[in-house]
Amino acid sequence: MHIPDGFFNSVTSAGAGVAAAGGLGVALKQAQAQLRERHIPLAGLVAAFVFVLQMINFPVLPGVSGHLLGGALAAIMMGPAVGVVVVTVVVVIQAFLFADGGVSALGLNVINMAVVTTLAGWVTYRLVRVPLRSTRRSVLAAAFVASVVSVVASAAAFVAEYAVGGVGGVDLTAVGLLMVGVHVLIGLGEAAITVGVVGAVLSTRPDLVYGARDLDSASAAGRLSNRRFVLVAAAVAVALVGLATVASSNPDGLEWVAQQTGFAADATESVTAESPLADYGAGGLGSGAGTIVAGLAGLVTVSGVGALTLAATRRRRQAH
Amino acid sequence: MAGGHAHALHVHGHSVVHRLPPHLKVAALGLFVVAVVVTPPSAVWAFGVYAGLLVVVAMAAEIPAPFILRRMVIEVPFVVFALLLPFVGTDPQIEVAGLVVSEPGLLAAWTIVAKGTCGLVASILLAATTEVPDILAGLQRLRVPGVIVAIAGFMVRYIEVIAGELARMRVAMAARGYEARHLGQAKALATSAGALFIRSYERGERVYLAMTSRGYAGTMPTFGAAPATGRQIAAALVIPVLAFSVALTAQVIR
Repeated sequence: MHIPDGFFNSVTSAGAGVAAAGGLGVALKQAQAQLRERHIPLAGLVAAFVFVLQMINFPVLPGVSGHLLGGALAAIMMGPAVGVVVVTVVVVIQAFLFADGGVSALGLNVINMAVVTTLAGWVTYRLVRVPLRSTRRSVLAAAFVASVVSVVASAAAFVAEYAVGGVGGVDLTAVGLLMVGVHVLIGLGEAAITVGVVGAVLSTRPDLVYGARDLDSASAAGRLSNRRFVLVAAAVAVALVGLATVASSNPDGLEWVAQQTGFAADATESVTAESPLADYGAGGLGSGAGTIVAGLAGLVTVSGVGALTLAATRRRRQAH
Repeated sequence: MAGGHAHALHVHGHSVVHRLPPHLKVAALGLFVVAVVVTPPSAVWAFGVYAGLLVVVAMAAEIPAPFILRRMVIEVPFVVFALLLPFVGTDPQIEVAGLVVSEPGLLAAWTIVAKGTCGLVASILLAATTEVPDILAGLQRLRVPGVIVAIAGFMVRYIEVIAGELARMRVAMAARGYEARHLGQAKALATSAGALFIRSYERGERVYLAMTSRGYAGTMPTFGAAPATGRQIAAALVIPVLAFSVALTAQVIR
């Protein structure tokens, strides 16, 4: 997910840099009251924790691995404003100290991995919790859904940016379906880690969880049973497979997004000529065949989620 | 903490590059990368010049080539993506060395590999010649907000602590015959991450109290970095100015 230099054209990179700086400025202002002296070490700790977890790759499919982005976790633990600040610090340090992600692509990386993940995660978390009672279970369920959504939103942001100013040469629909499909799986891994962390902290130090301030310590305690964990995972996976099926049978949604972002309608000749959509109609396989192949790839990928979840459930039953 | 302020990417030295003020190095890195990114990819010679500039800096900083090559592994996922592009890219198809490949795909692959590699090596050189507190001080001098720098300072200190804790937990799990395979093991990974967080946090609280009792009041003391001299600024500007001249030439003669 760390975008290197040269992956996006300079205008897009610069624009993303300005947008990221603006977003960070707003987050810093919002976080000011919360980030008093005592909380700076805690914020640094969450940042280090996210950094270390990002170094662990977990397998999602044979040959494909993903790593934690941490936006939803940071938002639930520290609130959306501090969450954006913390994950931004991680991304900036990765670029300057560890050469992970290009310096010119810093704005894009901050937007995708810090701003979009944290905000999408937090909004989803709040929305899921609205109809639910204030219990440990609803906090964890909301954390699960929020994590998956945050990762998929990050992938979607990448696809939207790619439509605006990617290096091109590839059919946009294929890029979109591949990115979103793979990231649904990565999102499930992310969700497992987020739920594990939030659950463990709720059990011992509920005062540390910003998103669960409404819980009293009695309802925060408890252990998440294996079976319930798998049931929640399965429910989310089934819902996502349903969504993805709708999306892949209607892949023009991505083209619509590209047009809405404004480059298709009033772009100059040379800009459109370099854009991935310019060749959309006459893609490598012919537009019809290309779309169908991409759609099938997306379907197969997301169906894998269901199969893997079922396999996991079965293995657990045998184990017990 | 053994190893002091060193980090994995740092190579100890006293070269001219090591001694440049950190904020000048960070700024030079930023300018160099911008020059690389605005260069039209069709100007293959320009990327040769950039590579040459990077080699000169690496030699001046006495960074061994194997070190840089090892760190470049981080780029592999994007290189794999780039290598796929010529085969899945859009029309027109052309024939190169007996293979039919997509022309836009080939150009995109070259762009990613060439620009990505230049930016990556430049970043590796900054990290190799600058210690962590210096990079943070440099960012602060470049007007990065103080809160960000303070959080980053704690973060880089905690990374080793947390990584060490994680390594001990992994040894403990391996010693008990645990082996992660795939999605079915997500729960085990998730709960150990939770335990890791609590352990790290409570250690962080102890560190905070220890710092408070030693007079910490929200900011770390900085030992007044001397302002950059004109010669240092000139030295730091050499590479960016050369890179921008190359980028401009490449734009003009396109």
